[in-house]
Amino acid sequence: MKLDSKIPDGHISEKWYKHRFQLKLVNPANKRKYSAIVVGTGLAGASAAASLAELGYNVSAFCYQDSARRAHSIAAQGGINAAKNYQNDGDSVYRLFYDTVKGGDYRAREANVHRLAEVSGNIIDQCVAQGVPFAREYSGYLDNRSFGGAQVSRTFYARGQTGQQLLLGAYSSLSKQIGLGNVKMFTRHEMVELVVINGRARGIIARDMVSGKIERYVADAVLLCTGGYGNVYYLSTNAKGSNATAIWRAYRKGAAFGNPCYVQIHPTCIPVSGDHQSKLTLMSESLRNDGKVWVPKRGDDTRNPSDIPEADRDYFLERKYPSFGNLVPRDVASRNSKQVCDEGKGVGGSKLAVYLDFRDAISRLGKPKIEERYGNLFQMYEQITAEDPYKTPMRIYPAVHYTMGGLWVDYNLMSTIPGLFVLGEANFSDHGANRLGASALMQGLADGYFVIPYTLGGYFAEGGLDKVTTEHEAFQAAENEAKGRLDRLLSINGTKSVDYYHKALGKIMWDNVGMSRNAKGLEEAIKKIKEIREEFWQNVRVLGANEEINQSLEKAGRVADYMELGELVAKDALQRNESCGGHFREEYQTEENEARRDDENFSYVAAWEYKGDDAEPVMHKEPLQFEYVKPSQRSYK
Amino acid sequence: MRWIIDFLNSSIGKKIIVSFTGIFLCSFLLVHLSGNFLLFRSDQGEAFEVYSKFMSTNGIIGFLEIGLALGFAIHIFNTLRLTLENKRARPVPYAVNKASENSSLTSRTMFYSGLLVLSFLIIHLKSYFWEHRIVGSDLTMYQSVVESFKDPVYGGFYVFAMVLLGLHLNHGFESAFQTLGLNHKKYTPIIKFLGLLFSIIVPAGFASMPIYFFIYQ
Amino acid sequence: MKLTLKVWRQKDAKSKGDFKTYELSDVSPDMSFLEMIDILNEKLIDSKEDPIAFDHDCREGICGSCGLYVNGRAHGLKRGITVCQLHMRSFNDGETVWIEPWRAKPFPVLKDLIVDRSPLDRIMQAGGFISARTGSAPDAHAVLIDHDTAELAMDAAACIGCGACVAACKNASAMLFVSAKVSQFALLPQGHPERESRVLAMVAQMDKEGFGSCTNTGACEAECPKSISITNIARLNREYLKAVIK
Repeated sequence: MKLDSKIPDGHISEKWYKHRFQLKLVNPANKRKYSAIVVGTGLAGASAAASLAELGYNVSAFCYQDSARRAHSIAAQGGINAAKNYQNDGDSVYRLFYDTVKGGDYRAREANVHRLAEVSGNIIDQCVAQGVPFAREYSGYLDNRSFGGAQVSRTFYARGQTGQQLLLGAYSSLSKQIGLGNVKMFTRHEMVELVVINGRARGIIARDMVSGKIERYVADAVLLCTGGYGNVYYLSTNAKGSNATAIWRAYRKGAAFGNPCYVQIHPTCIPVSGDHQSKLTLMSESLRNDGKVWVPKRGDDTRNPSDIPEADRDYFLERKYPSFGNLVPRDVASRNSKQVCDEGKGVGGSKLAVYLDFRDAISRLGKPKIEERYGNLFQMYEQITAEDPYKTPMRIYPAVHYTMGGLWVDYNLMSTIPGLFVLGEANFSDHGANRLGASALMQGLADGYFVIPYTLGGYFAEGGLDKVTTEHEAFQAAENEAKGRLDRLLSINGTKSVDYYHKALGKIMWDNVGMSRNAKGLEEAIKKIKEIREEFWQNVRVLGANEEINQSLEKAGRVADYMELGELVAKDALQRNESCGGHFREEYQTEENEARRDDENFSYVAAWEYKGDDAEPVMHKEPLQFEYVKPSQRSYK
Repeated sequence: MRWIIDFLNSSIGKKIIVSFTGIFLCSFLLVHLSGNFLLFRSDQGEAFEVYSKFMSTNGIIGFLEIGLALGFAIHIFNTLRLTLENKRARPVPYAVNKASENSSLTSRTMFYSGLLVLSFLIIHLKSYFWEHRIVGSDLTMYQSVVESFKDPVYGGFYVFAMVLLGLHLNHGFESAFQTLGLNHKKYTPIIKFLGLLFSIIVPAGFASMPIYFFIYQ
Repeated sequence: MKLTLKVWRQKDAKSKGDFKTYELSDVSPDMSFLEMIDILNEKLIDSKEDPIAFDHDCREGICGSCGLYVNGRAHGLKRGITVCQLHMRSFNDGETVWIEPWRAKPFPVLKDLIVDRSPLDRIMQAGGFISARTGSAPDAHAVLIDHDTAELAMDAAACIGCGACVAACKNASAMLFVSAKVSQFALLPQGHPERESRVLAMVAQMDKEGFGSCTNTGACEAECPKSISITNIARLNREYLKAVIK
């Protein structure tokens, strides 16, 4: 396998500009002769499907939900970054680029990140034009707020529902194209296999989740916009249905998997309340703008939080990081919360939580202002915990939230399988080892609206696409593979449910491959995952048949893939003998317990190649060069 | 012209027509009520007689009567149609349904309160319109009215029907404005208040007549 | 906590369904309603019975996937939340809980508690958009929108498309859903060029799908998990009337 990132020459600010000119074009009249399959209808998928259809390509879009509008981008709360500099506070494309590379702990590609920063402004323009009701000032101008890891206010937001509003914008554009017949929409369809013909991605096998029919779809290119793999951990802020099957099937067909160990643990989630917990709920990071994080100075302090005087409180983020305070990047905030809890200073029944306090902000700004900013988040919190955050501080704890790793892609967003493009969270590209707040929405939409329409055209225009139909033997083979897997899951008829195995896997992952990792724990995890995977395939119980709505069967297929993916995450974490971003190895820390990066030996992207079920995957390295942002120890002090 | 047919057949179009006719019928109620107040004049029905003569012989009023009949007919026809369509939209009912937790009884029973008001209307038309204008009667209108109000069954039914009319108006009045899109953060509370007033005063005004004659005659 | 559950079970769209009764003990008040069904499903799998199928995804009240009629109320007894945000502390020990799917002709039951809500998507496809081709947008500050109007538009835009309005309405009307989208775009200047064609197309599609009409009972607003106001329905009526007579 050869990794060619295809990064264009020239100065960083000219690369994308030049590249767009160098990409070949498809004649407008010929566009309708090309077809693309888009899997997933979140921000990346919906924006890509709509934009490609507008250009004239034939698009088929797939989602497992009952409507394209339900993709999990909808749950993003805080906002979207853009280098508009509307606040006149010193922001620029270069600063957003710089912040993102630095925030990613110098493990992202400079060229990709710069392009992301360049198109960030267009995204806001596009969304406003679609009718996204961003928050506005009384003057009528757009409002901004600041977000973790940045010292400028560049985050645009729509209350605490920014993801929802951006997705509904993209969904409405997609809906228009569906109505016009330019996009064929397949809801309640799950991709279960990728079809590769003559080395190119040419289609997918999908399961109709209502009838159970296994169907074949052919196209000239396949776009995976299927999000991350956080559900490997069982408990995460991902939706219950979010899954990694599409990217994992592609990995098994030859797409390299980039940096699987980079998993983001979000600092502000509602803590676990019991064994019944099925998922975790995020409280937007924007809360850290006005909320102050603290724990009692004494671990045995059982007083009501509002009775604890200032002198007995430890505002540990403000204390350790005076210049960024509560707004340090996510990885730093999460790790520090874990640290104080490990020291026994945690709060709440489980002692696995810290306070996020709005007392000062409410007295400074008044309750109505806080309500306008975070009303729905406060309400959500109260629903879940039965505590009123206007009166008593929130309890928060970190939870798995986002995966920076994903399928390896080149500058054109194409994986190592020609014709297979990967967009949004599903790819590995822009966030390095840690993603900054409000950058996921930016990347999803950048990929879908402003990158893929150019690069996909370039791929088509290069030619060389044979004419194939669903009758091709590769489709038959892929279909047999998919059917065989489903039949096997249904025939095991063991004693334990799918959820049982998912929870077991999640526990191994969280304990050993979670917020802090060490070689021993990782080796143990690899061993345990193998064992549990074997047991799963011997003893899982999936009732019912394929030819019906069968939610256990859907889950079983996904969990089967997590069982393999989890192992790769652990392997990648084991080989990376350094701490960077979301990947914290206990062996590699400074005396002040900060992450210690090793740029000399680990400044590369780890791209894993599948070599068969019985063989070890092979790691390839794409070296990272930093010409513009010189790596330094990240300091938020 | 296609657009008119589309409009009249659309769900909102049908509702708009119901609203327009409803408001028109409300205005009729006001006229009718103010005329009927002449019953209270202690002139042995002289003024009321002049009024009812005028109403039954004047050509312009006759023309308006046709409009009124049409108003009723369209109001009833469209609500019937809508009710049937609405029933069809939920063929399988809920086993447990706590509608009282989310909506008022009057708003949910408009069809039934309307139906009862209609049945009253038919009897009402039979006693006065049919007997006097079509068949012809020896009694004056005033005598006829006073006679029937003395009958506790007729009077009781009259009052009962007015209560239902009140309930019908209670939701109908403000609902008509909502359907016509006349909603405004400043004026809607006023409309709601007027609706409440209207739904109490008008039926109470009508009901006061049988009660008065039953007690004092 | 102990509960008696009466759950609608239906094999597929063609089969006839029925209520089945389940007893569930050890229900924790901290569980969400859907986690309670998860526990029941684990028990059913243990006893080799087909688990209950229900739509759910984000479990934080924003995706709009879940939708159950619980004890005679859309999304259960508490206002302003989805059923995934409903917690068991809202129930009493020993209570009988009825769980039914949304009931409306345009929403046929596919299995157990899962219904087909694709009519809502088709209404969106008919006109629920502002045609802004990717790349054609002017600078975001080219058009100013006053704060209050933006907030009103956001109130309407908060709709999650769960269908509770249809489920709660005695007429199975989709007016609140349609009005939320029409309102959002009618309030914002960006939406004005397509204002008339949008409302006509969306209402026509809504009628075609077989939803009932609005009789202003306000049940939709009361049961909407995002508390979307029926003033939006008035705006829809106004927009429609204006579009017809223009």
